[in-house]
Amino acid sequence: MTIDAWLQAATADAERRGLPELKPLLETLARATTTLRAADFNGHAGGQSSVTSRQSSVDHQSSDSRHQSGDMKS
Amino acid sequence: MMTIEQFGRRLRARELTAVRVTEECLRRIEADNPRLNAFILVMADQALQRAREADQELAAGHDRGPLHGVPISIKDLLDCRGVPTTAASRVREGHVADRDAPVIAHLRQAGAVFIGKTNLHEFAFGTTSEDSAFGPVRNPLDPTRSPGGSSGGSAVSVAAGMALATIGTDTGGSIRIPAAACGLVGLKPSLGEVSIEGVVPLSRTLDHVGPLATSVADASLVYHALLGDAHTTPPVPMPIPGLRLAVPRKYFCDLLDDDVRARFEGALERLRIAGAHIDDIEIRHAADIAAVYLHIVLGDSAPYHAATLEAVPEQYTPNVRLRLEMGRYVMAEDYVRALAGRDVLIREVDAAVAQHDALVLPTLPIPAPVLGASSVQIGASTEAVRNVMLRLTQPFNVTGHPAISIPSGRTASGLPCGVQLVGCRMQTDALLKVAVACEPQITDGSQPLSGNVGG
Repeated sequence: MTIDAWLQAATADAERRGLPELKPLLETLARATTTLRAADFNGHAGGQSSVTSRQSSVDHQSSDSRHQSGDMKS
Repeated sequence: MMTIEQFGRRLRARELTAVRVTEECLRRIEADNPRLNAFILVMADQALQRAREADQELAAGHDRGPLHGVPISIKDLLDCRGVPTTAASRVREGHVADRDAPVIAHLRQAGAVFIGKTNLHEFAFGTTSEDSAFGPVRNPLDPTRSPGGSSGGSAVSVAAGMALATIGTDTGGSIRIPAAACGLVGLKPSLGEVSIEGVVPLSRTLDHVGPLATSVADASLVYHALLGDAHTTPPVPMPIPGLRLAVPRKYFCDLLDDDVRARFEGALERLRIAGAHIDDIEIRHAADIAAVYLHIVLGDSAPYHAATLEAVPEQYTPNVRLRLEMGRYVMAEDYVRALAGRDVLIREVDAAVAQHDALVLPTLPIPAPVLGASSVQIGASTEAVRNVMLRLTQPFNVTGHPAISIPSGRTASGLPCGVQLVGCRMQTDALLKVAVACEPQITDGSQPLSGNVGG
């Protein structure tokens, strides 16, 4: 099921159950699901494997080459 | 108020009694609980009876160990035989525990005096302790602010001198967040080390039980008692010169209040001056943590609440009800994706800590938020309070690594900040040795909150 189709169905179900105030929370969940599905650790039947999960995953940096602050959101 | 270590020395030197200190805790509860709302149930008679027995046992030469006669509060999510476990919810009206949770039985065996059951965010599903059937818990430093959560009442009970230590639970940060917000030490042990049997679940795959206290040594004593190791000693500090620490800058330091950042950088500088070697590292999939966590915690919580959400929805607080309802819409394929992400994150944090003695990062990106606030300003960015409060703690619930929050001074307006140390999985004792070594540099000599408030 696509995220759009899921959100539409979930919102309709919440309204049917008398919970229209659930809509913004379901939209939040839809955004999180979009992030989750886009992550590169997902393998799929088309042939691409979840390479990331088998790679070394810690990138070291020198003490004086720190990341600058950004506005990355969870 | 004193530390458990100080209490133990004075108790055994006959300078005080368990009864006297228990009475002092009860006096502070009577004076300040109406204002702070830390306790759901005060067990005054039982506590005094147990304190009398502790004094008699010690006089007869029976010493149960470091927690002998120590007044301890318990988050009202853990079963204590003969009293209700409310989870701060009307849903559980009428419940009375017929047995102790194993961790409570261990504490009883260790000689602890249970002073009462503490208030929390309903069913531990929140970070502010304001959605409770018993009303919001208030921060003793500023009663207009949250003490953090979900173990908010637990933190306040220690910070306000109503107990010498407390037992909390941590599913996304619920020990470490209130510890940071109230100026205490909070330990989330490694996943699976401490029993969660007899604890009302939020997520059986993310839940942890652990202590909040006024020092790392005290947290260690209580942690060992939870494991059933009553006759323990405080951790021996690792030498700071040569200590290898790692700061995961990207994501973990991207979104911080200016005061929190300053306290964190100050702690790092003091650790460097003391001889610690500090690297910067990257947890590559850190930006995926919130999505992974959300799907797991929602999916895990839904089955436990499904029947009561249908039968008695009005008995939940509105916000918690809606949050639990969200979980009923998580698709199975996305839950499985989250589990795959969890495996990746475990390996990434494993790799990071394997080459260091601990990771070091802030605990809470912001100081204690104002009660009722749904968003908070960080620089030019407006963020949801709940997301921000979970941001730096939930990663280690997902991965299971042990993590401890240590107070790192106050903001300009006097609100506490916390620094978090993270160790290798199933090596909480090794983390405690690092933590007890780093504690003086992180706190910079600032006193724990307990004793400064509460009358």
